Amino acid sequence: MPGKLKVKIVAGRHLPVMDRASDLTDAFVEVKFGNTTFKTDVYPKSLNPQWNSEWFKFEVDDEDLQDEPLQITVLDHDTYSANDAIGKVYIDIDPLLYSEAATVISGWFPIYDTIHGIRGEINVVVKVDLFNDLNRFRQSSCGVKFFCTTSIPKCYRAVIIHGFVEELVVNEDPEYQWIDRIRTPRASNEARQRLISLMSGELQRKIGLKVLEMRGNAVVGYLQCFDLEGESGLVVRAIGTACTLDKLSSPAAFLPACNSPSKEMKEIPFNEDPNPNTHSSGPSTPLKNQTYSFSPSKSYSRQSSSSDTDLSLTPKTGMGSGSAGKEGGPFKALLRQQTQSALEQREFPFFTLTAFPPGFLVHVGGVVSARSVKLLDRIHNPDEPETRDAWWAEIRQEIKSHAKALGCHAVVGYSESTSICEEVCILSASGTAAVLNPRFLQDGTVEGCLEQRLEENLPAGCGFCHIPYDELNMPFPAHLTYCYNCRKQKVPDVLFTTIDLPTDATVIGKGCLIQARLCRLKKKAQAEANATAISNLLPFMEYEVHTQLMNKLKLKGMNALFGLRIQITVGENMLMGLASATGVYLAALPTPGGIQIAGKTPNDGSYEQHISHMQKKINDTIAKNKELYEINPPEISEEIIGSPIPEPRQRSRLLRSQSESSDEVTELDLSHGKKDAFVLEIDDTDAMEDVHSLLTDVPPPSGFYSCNTEIMPGINNWTSEIQMFTSVRVIRLSSLNLTNQALNKNFNDLCENLLKSLYFKLRSMIPCCLCHVNFTVSLPEDELIQVTVTAVAITFDKNQALQTTKAHVEKSLQRASTDNEELLQFPLELCSDSLPSHPFPPAKATSVDYSSFADRCSSWIELIKLKAQTIRRGSIKTTVTVEKTSPMGEGNFRNRSAAPCANSTVGVVKMTPLSFIPGAKITKYLGIINMFFIRETTSLREEGGVSGFLHAFIAEVFAMVRAHVAALGGNAVVSYIMKQCVFMENPNKNQAQCLINVSGDAVVFARESELEVVSTQQPAANCQPACTGGEVTT
Amino acid sequence: MTSELDIFVGNTTLIDEDVYRLWLDGYSVGDAVALRVRSGILEQTGATAAVLQSDTMDHYRTFHMLERLLHAPPKLLHQLIYQIPPSRQALLIERYYAFDEAFVREVLGKKLSKGTKKDLDDISTKTGITLKSCRRQFDNFKRVFKVVEEMRGSLVDNIQQHFLLSDRLARDYAAIVFFANNRFETGKKKLQYLSFGDFAFCAELMIQNWTLGAVDSQVDDMDMDLDKEFLQDLKELKVLVADKDLLDLHKSLVCTALRGKLGVFSEMEANFKNLSRGLVNVATKLTHNKDVRDLFVDLVEKFVEPCRSDHWPLSDVRLFLNQYSASVHSLDGFR
Repeated sequence: MPGKLKVKIVAGRHLPVMDRASDLTDAFVEVKFGNTTFKTDVYPKSLNPQWNSEWFKFEVDDEDLQDEPLQITVLDHDTYSANDAIGKVYIDIDPLLYSEAATVISGWFPIYDTIHGIRGEINVVVKVDLFNDLNRFRQSSCGVKFFCTTSIPKCYRAVIIHGFVEELVVNEDPEYQWIDRIRTPRASNEARQRLISLMSGELQRKIGLKVLEMRGNAVVGYLQCFDLEGESGLVVRAIGTACTLDKLSSPAAFLPACNSPSKEMKEIPFNEDPNPNTHSSGPSTPLKNQTYSFSPSKSYSRQSSSSDTDLSLTPKTGMGSGSAGKEGGPFKALLRQQTQSALEQREFPFFTLTAFPPGFLVHVGGVVSARSVKLLDRIHNPDEPETRDAWWAEIRQEIKSHAKALGCHAVVGYSESTSICEEVCILSASGTAAVLNPRFLQDGTVEGCLEQRLEENLPAGCGFCHIPYDELNMPFPAHLTYCYNCRKQKVPDVLFTTIDLPTDATVIGKGCLIQARLCRLKKKAQAEANATAISNLLPFMEYEVHTQLMNKLKLKGMNALFGLRIQITVGENMLMGLASATGVYLAALPTPGGIQIAGKTPNDGSYEQHISHMQKKINDTIAKNKELYEINPPEISEEIIGSPIPEPRQRSRLLRSQSESSDEVTELDLSHGKKDAFVLEIDDTDAMEDVHSLLTDVPPPSGFYSCNTEIMPGINNWTSEIQMFTSVRVIRLSSLNLTNQALNKNFNDLCENLLKSLYFKLRSMIPCCLCHVNFTVSLPEDELIQVTVTAVAITFDKNQALQTTKAHVEKSLQRASTDNEELLQFPLELCSDSLPSHPFPPAKATSVDYSSFADRCSSWIELIKLKAQTIRRGSIKTTVTVEKTSPMGEGNFRNRSAAPCANSTVGVVKMTPLSFIPGAKITKYLGIINMFFIRETTSLREEGGVSGFLHAFIAEVFAMVRAHVAALGGNAVVSYIMKQCVFMENPNKNQAQCLINVSGDAVVFARESELEVVSTQQPAANCQPACTGGEVTT
Repeated sequence: MTSELDIFVGNTTLIDEDVYRLWLDGYSVGDAVALRVRSGILEQTGATAAVLQSDTMDHYRTFHMLERLLHAPPKLLHQLIYQIPPSRQALLIERYYAFDEAFVREVLGKKLSKGTKKDLDDISTKTGITLKSCRRQFDNFKRVFKVVEEMRGSLVDNIQQHFLLSDRLARDYAAIVFFANNRFETGKKKLQYLSFGDFAFCAELMIQNWTLGAVDSQVDDMDMDLDKEFLQDLKELKVLVADKDLLDLHKSLVCTALRGKLGVFSEMEANFKNLSRGLVNVATKLTHNKDVRDLFVDLVEKFVEPCRSDHWPLSDVRLFLNQYSASVHSLDGFR
């Protein structure tokens, strides 16, 4: 499927002065794709050139279309010497390659130079014509949609969730090639930017191929990372979840797109089902006949305990575990009969999703994680990155076996990360072991689903808490009670997970951000010795991080953690651990006990006094927190529960291991042996410090809440004001006091102060909640600690709370994301009653609703498009006027008394790390944004020092992301993430360099108020399979 | 533990109005923090001094980066780097170009040159406005002057278009530019009692009636320079005092009209010749640049002070001047 890429260079504005003599610039543009280059004419003596070029046409393979970025270079023409580069724009044309996304890229792009930053803007129009080509040996995967969002994107329905896809590519890092010694820093930076852009294109294409192989049409939860391994190379790796998605309002997307003549060519034969009403997309039809044969899996869920036993006793078993051919339990055998195809081939039953369609998640086992310390060596053959592949395969295998030990056949909320220091690399993977409803992993089970649904009597809001493992054969010592909600199944007393809070979970009160922070000194060492030292430290760090989390959770009076992310960072002389999670009180789980302090030397009177003083402080804090987070669970007497009182005993969901290069796997029991976990023994000053540090965490000021999950449990009445931000802090440790305690304190203060600063800065937004708070720690140098935080502050309306809860039933039907408030039991009962009353109607019946909804959808999508175009046109007009020495449209100033600033020509682009925009509905996904920038300076002081330099750079990165989104016709980026922010400085040389990698999904959203006209959206929303929990009680 | 780097970047650029004011007033970060502490913000928010320090630094850095754009406000509107809501953009620009009354009185009518800039130290000491703030205000005057200096069209409109200022502020700048261009002396001790507003009022009337723009709207510099022809024509007024008959006739016309209407009638009658001579002399000398500069000094000396010594109330002055100019039209040769 080759294609034709067409590029037009319209104009430039705000160009820098390149000729000191005339204070003007003679600018021209080079447009490069692959190995073909075009040039515009020189537009002499202007800072606002109007090139209005012809269409530059590139005829290219679609493989290149996917891999290569479009490279636009703006230069200053110089008759006598070499032309000077002003800057570049890289445009990823991937969004133009699938039919539902953007049809044209058109707008003002900041011209970026790695040394000078943004220098003016250029207006570019890009189009792609694709030709159909049914070559089956194709290497491209045009048309596979990519989403960073870690849930099913809002305007799609998941037909099948196929599972894990991963890929990595390696290359030499241009920064470390010999040529780097002779070329300029600019050339080196640009080589790097270009290479990474190429590599991510290639990676995306390869992942796409895997998805097509699995017969999916999309990747959700796509996470791509760079490992800058220095001398040994550059690794770009990505993981994601392959899905077959169905657009909920497909016609809407098609209609406006028809305006573009290129549209017809872009129909892609294999994955876009033009008729949205047939629920199975073409290729998976063979499975369709088997929809009814699913009843055995129901029996599995009914007799959960027995099948669980099977699962936990049978190694390498479980849904979709790929090792076909090894012994299989009866369950497995059954399954295999039914699902011969894609499912079986899955090597790793992992899902990068953190939120799921209702009913997908049956049980949650707990967090599984694995780490491994590796020594980096030069990658000899970049085309065969076997070592890196093997490393990850090893870790994933471990995760899989951990999940199995927890009686789970799948891992959800799965993520991978690395930390590199010199030649040592820590690879980490973590996720949440879970039992999934097999229905979603198969195809076209609409009818079966209907039947199944009637039989299911769902335990509302607690099913996922029920233990998946066998009570008599527990993988670790744990304390179980009967579920406080349904009283029928066993639940653990604490639950740790890496996923978002399921929408149907019953939560009491509000949640809060909980962090565990830890530093450990390490001796400087080389190679093997260093790796050994690190692997020896890791278990202790994990243990302590876990203890801290547990204690802080108790201190908050809560019993579950969601969105847990443990980051271990390696530096030359220390290791840092930072765990963030959102604590909540799950109604299904028992009330947590308090924390007791015990002294080792009970004879000392004053000591005892001290202890009791501390104890009192702790008890007060717990009481205060319970009040603060509105945790007041209904009192339930033991007799009713009919189960032992939850004894204060800690068990852990955290199975993990460290393995060095030697494959040696150490399983660590984090359950503190037989020791009573609520008791903190104070036997030395260290322990004292620990207790103190527990109490130093200050709660956010009133009106503020924070969490690291998508949404804050207990707050549902968001208003539309959002503010996404990135904050970076670097502190220098004084080398004198480098003890573990001092380090811990410094690190703790750093994080706490950072949070305090955020609360202060955003105080005008109160009442508000910081959502998706994402901390990243790095150790750029010996004595430097860098903490980067990205989050979004969302305001909410305190007064509306009551009303919203009343209107909850409707809401929970409309949008599955925001519903998990206090009164959930009531609405959920309604839900389970009401849902079967509109179960999935046969496809034909729905189609009516679809189209009527879609029609309206399309009309306002068109409206938005029109708006976007007027904005663009408006800005072009403006430059024309600039030429006539009047920079504003004339109309603006006729009216003297009006504020002249009122009409800005720059459209607002919202950015958020969340998958949704409060008060608005996402109407279209325009494609993935994945950008990598390098900025370097040799005049650090002049640019305002390190802070000035980085501040400007991050602002520029935001600007470039916004410009790309606007050019695609979008007005927001969701699931935005700054994956990397590598900052290096050399103040003595007045130099600094920074690398930033960001990604997200470009979308078009419309305010809900504007949408209210379209009231027919409800049927569409209902079509999201809403079955919950495949669990039936005994 | 020292903070090496500490930044906060929002997708929407956060603007703290209070900190912006402190920055505009030219306070150092340290002073600004101290002032903020005194305002009681720590108690209100429960923040620590360190948090305040970091916040202030951050805002100052943002303002510093925005300053380049504020020098050409339309750039602020079209730039892509800082996403700022329009209302905030307007606030940033308006506040940046706002000036202190005390400062503007010091430089009004002075040449906006390097020489004057050197005197800013003294102005700063005299007015108590920080040197930094003085520099900003001075540079603003100069920048506006440079941009609109040789431009066609209405002065106020030009300023508003290129600096996106509110109507009021644009008018003030027009006055400043007009005064600077014509170098009217405003600093003499005698003129100290006049406020900037008084001069701005004069400037507006002069722009409306005395400049090239008043006659022809398609000339360069139209609102900046006085109409030479008009000034030349003023010489003709000499006849009003030189011709004894005309002077008497003029006097009798004015006196007849104002009899019984002025509280200071007898003083006016006695002084009419002096006053008229003073006014006409000021007018006829305006062909010389030096005398143009001294316009306000002369007016005060020759007209305002005599009136004041006779305790003329303002309403009487107004009545007299109106009648004085109206009566001329009924004289021979002025019809």
